Amino acid sequence: MLEATLEGIGFWGAGLPDWDSACVWMRKGERPLDPPARPSPQLLAANERRRAPGTVAVALEAALTACEAADRAPATLPSVFTSTHGELTITDYMCATLADDPCAISPTKFHNSVHNAAAGYWTIGAGAHVAATAISAGRYSFAQGLLEAMVQLHAGEEAVLLVAYDGNASGPAAEVSPSTGLLGAAFVLSRTACAGLPGLQLRLHDQPPPAQDTPQGPLLQLYADNAMQPALPLLEALAMDQDKVWMRSGTDQWLEIDILHE
Amino acid sequence: MGAGLDAQRRGLAGRHSGLRQNDFGAQPLPCWIGRVNGLEQLALPTELAGFDCRNNQLAWLSLQQDGVLAALQQVRQRHGASRVAVVMGTSTSSIGATEEAYARLEAGADGNLHFPPDMLRPRIHTPHSLGDFVQVATGLSGPCITVATACSSSAKVFAQAARLINAGLADAALVGGVDTLCGSVLYGFNSLQLVSPTPCQPFDARRVGLSLGEAGGFAVLERAGAGPATALQLRGYGESSDAHHMSAPHPEGLGARLAMQAALQRAGIDADDVGYLNLHGTSTPANDSIEAAAVAALFPPSLHASSTKGWTGHTLGAAGIVESVFALLALEDGLLPGTLNSEIPDPACGPQIRFENTQAEISYAMNNSFGFGGNNCSLVFGKAG
Repeated sequence: MLEATLEGIGFWGAGLPDWDSACVWMRKGERPLDPPARPSPQLLAANERRRAPGTVAVALEAALTACEAADRAPATLPSVFTSTHGELTITDYMCATLADDPCAISPTKFHNSVHNAAAGYWTIGAGAHVAATAISAGRYSFAQGLLEAMVQLHAGEEAVLLVAYDGNASGPAAEVSPSTGLLGAAFVLSRTACAGLPGLQLRLHDQPPPAQDTPQGPLLQLYADNAMQPALPLLEALAMDQDKVWMRSGTDQWLEIDILHE
Repeated sequence: MGAGLDAQRRGLAGRHSGLRQNDFGAQPLPCWIGRVNGLEQLALPTELAGFDCRNNQLAWLSLQQDGVLAALQQVRQRHGASRVAVVMGTSTSSIGATEEAYARLEAGADGNLHFPPDMLRPRIHTPHSLGDFVQVATGLSGPCITVATACSSSAKVFAQAARLINAGLADAALVGGVDTLCGSVLYGFNSLQLVSPTPCQPFDARRVGLSLGEAGGFAVLERAGAGPATALQLRGYGESSDAHHMSAPHPEGLGARLAMQAALQRAGIDADDVGYLNLHGTSTPANDSIEAAAVAALFPPSLHASSTKGWTGHTLGAAGIVESVFALLALEDGLLPGTLNSEIPDPACGPQIRFENTQAEISYAMNNSFGFGGNNCSLVFGKAG
């Protein structure tokens, strides 16, 4: 069993620009009247904020607000960035440009095409010289990101930042890699138990849970078409004081997550 | 360089470069590449045909080498398929297949452009294509992840697998990496003006840029003591971030130094215990002088350090596994490679940077892999006992 204290949550989804408004939506069904169309991550300089790819912006916004909620300095936290597809608008740009006029590839778009673009901008913005990783595991990307973050705590890190995000598909590739809207969720997890903060206990199983409900919570109503939607049931459980979530983590493995509310 | 460890040994000892003039694609850029011969003719088994693409073809070819599958069979028998993780590293995975689909778009009845029917295979058009394919191809069912931190990817897989094993979530892991030539990287690095028109010359004062290559490789890790004794061990890893720039290294090599120090510390050894260091050494003007200075600040003059990219080119997300294999061969055979194609040391090079091959018995070998986003990983390997 792996254990962690959940010190802070950051969230950004279209229509729900922070974790507090996401909680109000889940508990009362109310949404902000005039939410921003795009996240505006304060970690980036103003000009970079506008130019940053959508997934970078949403990842950095969620990550910074999670650190603020946890009262942890961003520079100190090793980070795990997980995304199913990375920035699909850049994939579309790269492939379309290569087919059309390969020598016209933009160097900035090229270096932003790496899967660790969000992790890179985060470490630069935060001034973090600690480890950062960027992973993908298809539809199990969130589960494997959570596993890696908890495993880093087990390996001796005091606290770890987990950031999960996906964005908009565009162009012909949207047919094979569908994903809609920007969605980012971030968690600061730590080793030390702390009164007043929820705890997570995680077990890995080779068998599915005895009975599985099809999750249809309030966040899933809004973001079911985003590729990072497998992260939503855990967020819903945290907001709604549920004490257990099962999450598929591979073709033949499942995570059993117990939530110890404060 | 060819397939299998013996081909690597012969190429390193005989100083035969795997680089050739670029012949990849319809209008090849004037540069040199490390291209795997005959990959286009390699067919995947029928049951894996849905994964067919250049990157998975190279993954399949690499899996057949040097008893990897036999070693996997043994750890699987000892621990069970669900106790063996698959942790793969890649930079671009099979984006070459997505590029091909865009080059062959077909107009649909709706008036929009669509992928041709043979390319409508979602599993190859996503970064996890590599990890997914390798898990299906090997029948393993433990945690399966694709690490994609650009050119440090398949070094970081060793660290992640070691953590999974130490946390008890697996008893063994198949780690590795595969990256293949594609338009994205050839034209992308070209746009950054980092590609050399001539074969790359790491640490040479005359170097002007890198040569790109493709490669695949694997290693089977098992918890120490959980199986028969092996000759070679992963002893330490260090990971860090430059926090400086997306595509340029930290000017003082801070991230590189932090990664190397952390790897030495985790291995519990001093810098002068290291007998061979395989450098990142891309042959770009910035990387090599900064890395040489970071090495000179940490290691004694007696260290033999080199870049093997004159043999392989920069294999990007596969560089971590390729150069870890070279470090492991140095431990096993005592063949410490020099730096092929290089003759005139850059003024920044300390006495550690070696251009000639040497034969020496060593106890520890290291590998550096640094990637875009300032993502750094260093590994320490040692002999058992």
